[in-house]
Amino acid sequence: MLESIWFLLWGVLWAVYFMLDGFDLGLGTLFPFLARTEEEKRYVLNAMGPFWDGNEVWLIAAGGVTFAAFPRAYAIMFSGLYTALFLLLIALILRGVSLEFRSKIDNPGWQKIWEICLFLGSFLPALLLGVAFANIFKGLPLDEQGIFRGNLFTLLNPYGLLGGVLFVLLFAVHGGLWMALRGSGDLERRSGRMASKLWAVLTVVLVLFLAYTAVATKLFTNYLKSPLWFALLILPVGGLVLSRVYMGTQEWLKAWLASALTILGVTAFALVGLYPALLPSSLNPAYSVTIYNSASSPLTLKIMLGVALIFVPIVIFYQFWAYKTFSHKLEAKDLEYEEAY
Amino acid sequence: MDALFLSRLQFAMATMFHFIFVPLTLGLSLLVAIMETRYVQTGDEDYKRMAKFWGKLFLINFALGVVTGITLEFQFGTNWSRYSEYVGDIFGSLLAIEATAAFFLESTFIGVWAFGWNKLSPKMHALSIWLVALASNLSALWILIANGFMQNPLGYVMRRGRAELADFMAVVTNPFAWQQIVHTLSGAYLLAGFFVLGISSYHILRKNEVTLFSKSFRIGVVFALVFSLLEVVQGHMHGAEVAKIQPAKLAAMESLWETKKSAPQYLFLIPDPENERNALEILPIPGALSMLAYHDFQAEVKGLKDFPKEDRPPVTLTFLSFRTMVGLGFLFPLLALWAFKIRNKLEENPRFLRLLIYVIPLPYIALEAGWVVAEVGRQPWIVYGLMRTSEAVSPIASSQVGFSFVALTILYTLLGIADIYLLAKFARKGPEPAN
Ligand code: HDD
Ligand code: HEM
Ligand code: HEM
Repeated sequence: MLESIWFLLWGVLWAVYFMLDGFDLGLGTLFPFLARTEEEKRYVLNAMGPFWDGNEVWLIAAGGVTFAAFPRAYAIMFSGLYTALFLLLIALILRGVSLEFRSKIDNPGWQKIWEICLFLGSFLPALLLGVAFANIFKGLPLDEQGIFRGNLFTLLNPYGLLGGVLFVLLFAVHGGLWMALRGSGDLERRSGRMASKLWAVLTVVLVLFLAYTAVATKLFTNYLKSPLWFALLILPVGGLVLSRVYMGTQEWLKAWLASALTILGVTAFALVGLYPALLPSSLNPAYSVTIYNSASSPLTLKIMLGVALIFVPIVIFYQFWAYKTFSHKLEAKDLEYEEAY
Repeated sequence: MDALFLSRLQFAMATMFHFIFVPLTLGLSLLVAIMETRYVQTGDEDYKRMAKFWGKLFLINFALGVVTGITLEFQFGTNWSRYSEYVGDIFGSLLAIEATAAFFLESTFIGVWAFGWNKLSPKMHALSIWLVALASNLSALWILIANGFMQNPLGYVMRRGRAELADFMAVVTNPFAWQQIVHTLSGAYLLAGFFVLGISSYHILRKNEVTLFSKSFRIGVVFALVFSLLEVVQGHMHGAEVAKIQPAKLAAMESLWETKKSAPQYLFLIPDPENERNALEILPIPGALSMLAYHDFQAEVKGLKDFPKEDRPPVTLTFLSFRTMVGLGFLFPLLALWAFKIRNKLEENPRFLRLLIYVIPLPYIALEAGWVVAEVGRQPWIVYGLMRTSEAVSPIASSQVGFSFVALTILYTLLGIADIYLLAKFARKGPEPAN
């Protein structure tokens, strides 16, 4: 029971991470295609300015909770996906410093470097997270000791890559909508249009991914056992439809929330299929890392549950407040003062 | 080179790099909070410009602290997976608590602070930097409790082939961890104090914004003085704790080979680990080591030869780092006292002000040296007495670790240069003019 509660919490942390950092990463991916003038570039950067760091902590928390609640899964996942994870870390490092460094020196060469790093540091994490999670859905080549019998290229199979593309698109639409929400004039219009175009591609890829999932993974087993769970599909599908509707009426906040729902829904759908495994083994189902054979002691799970139930709501409260305070339309005066990016 | 060696190298490089930025974050966040509070209380625009100036340096430094921290969070899984499985029950929870209780608060409110100058009331804005300061210090507290468990494991039972939590309070009240917390935080505060003194001196010497920087100086000097004194006094208590809990580390710190009653401390000494002796020992202070370790001039101090060879830490590095730290530790209170004495007649002491500019790197060196003592001196154990570092490493190919080590080293070097360049640029530029 405790293990299942922690599985749920674990899933929630990842889902919230994808939902929040998703728009930063997506916006960073769109950056070279969206921002034309220096002014527009700074609008894009400042649209994520106050948020990206707080969003990234959801990743740290997801990692930390994996460590605390399922130490064996943490150990196997991060040592198994070693090189992919380091690429992810390097990319995230570049993303963070690009935002902080770019506008500090008025020199086109300097700024160009950090713009490229921002793009790479946003695009690569989206791709890598998608590849990594798709491979987890599919099963990793784990032997009986939990040693990963493969390398970086094992992960780059068609299903894994499709997962990567899916994440990039999910995040890009999400980011485009965020920019439409916070930008105005031409930038707002272009961001909205870009999101709508990508939406069409996303819909196709999402359908493909679901179909491929039925073939390449065992995620549907849980659903076939209790078909009621199929109702969960309402979340991603509903989110997808609603976001398109609101793009049409240019209600960006609603469109963005619907796109957030899509991301949450996709994650939830996959996690229900995964349960109770955290890392299925493709070599032999008996070698899979599950919530039962990787969990911490009941005492630790209980103490950590107390910690999570106290702090996570507080975090949600003040992050919500921060979003409310800063998610207005950007104006020229928001770029003028010193600390702006 | 095997995966173990490369992982150690990589871990040492990554944590030491992280710790270049950490202490300034810890100390300067508090100083900026104090400055901004003065602004809220007095309405004096100078304090606002002051908070903004130091705040800008704080932000540049903070960025690298944040991005290098993420690597560390995942490195226990990537490189020390056996360790993570073995103690994750306890150690993992401490990291998770750090993230939920501290990192969220820190990262959310740093955004609020940096982008909120025009949006929040002055009080709310000052509150947000206090929250950042509180959160970063809380994060230090939790990570040091985690490290304290590795130094002095407590509150666990061995079950199912791993260390499981038995007593959470014992883990949290670990006396060794609390020594580390006080010692590391006060080191960080004294570093921030000297940082403010050095940069203020630079501007005062150039007659730039003399009023503003004299005020900064007077705030910084209090930090430097109080915490450099505390550091020395508490450092001795810390040493006594090491003697009690990790006697092999103490022997390596002092390069003491033979067990001795009434052990002296040599002011100058060259270790010779090959031959298990010291090549040179001069200027002994009789009984001083016994006194320091056990508060008793007669006490017996165990020498390295009383430990099996495979349980001894590397002597030369531990010894030299300890000497460096302690040497600097005695220098800081003297400098701080002098700075305090002249705080109201700064412009009459240009030579001392110039000296203070060059003092800026010294606390950094002391802090890094301190960590080398604590971590290298703990070897060959990753968790003292419980698990050896060699048993902790992940079952991964050394080529992978080689790749990540080289990539991280290159990346960090470039980012470090860029960051220090920016810090220097904005430190020299000074505050925005009053309007
Ligand atoms: C004594 C203090 C101290 C020590 C020993 C460490 N850190 Fe640290 N860490 C901090 C004090 C700190 C901080 C002051 O709170 C930082 C530095 C800059 C910052 O933004 O927060 C931080 C940032 C920071 C972050 C980024 C948080 C964010 O995004 O806001 C992570 C994930 C870690 N650290 C993790 C670690 C790990 C796993 C360590 C152990 C190996 C470690 N730190 C050692
Ligand atoms: C931020 C300040 C720190 C610095 C500068 C630092 C420095 C070092 C160094 C130099 C080593 C290498 C020792 C050797 O292999 O000979 C090391 C190892 C290690 N330290 Fe730290 N450390 C710091 C904080 C921490 C903290 C807070 C933790 C845990 C919470 C930690 C956990 C470890 C681990 C797991 C190793 C790897 C095993 C090993 O090589 O011994 N360190 N550290
Ligand atoms: C005369 C003064 C000092 C004494 C007697 C002293 C003593 C000690 C001792 C015994 C340790 C090893 C603890 C362990 O094994 O974990 C230590 C570690 C350390 N020292 Fe010092 N120290 C002094 C000054 C300083 C100064 C001035 C700084 C920095 C500005 C500093 C920073 C550190 C740090 C960061 C560590 C590692 C963390 C820890 O274990 O607390 N020390 N110190």
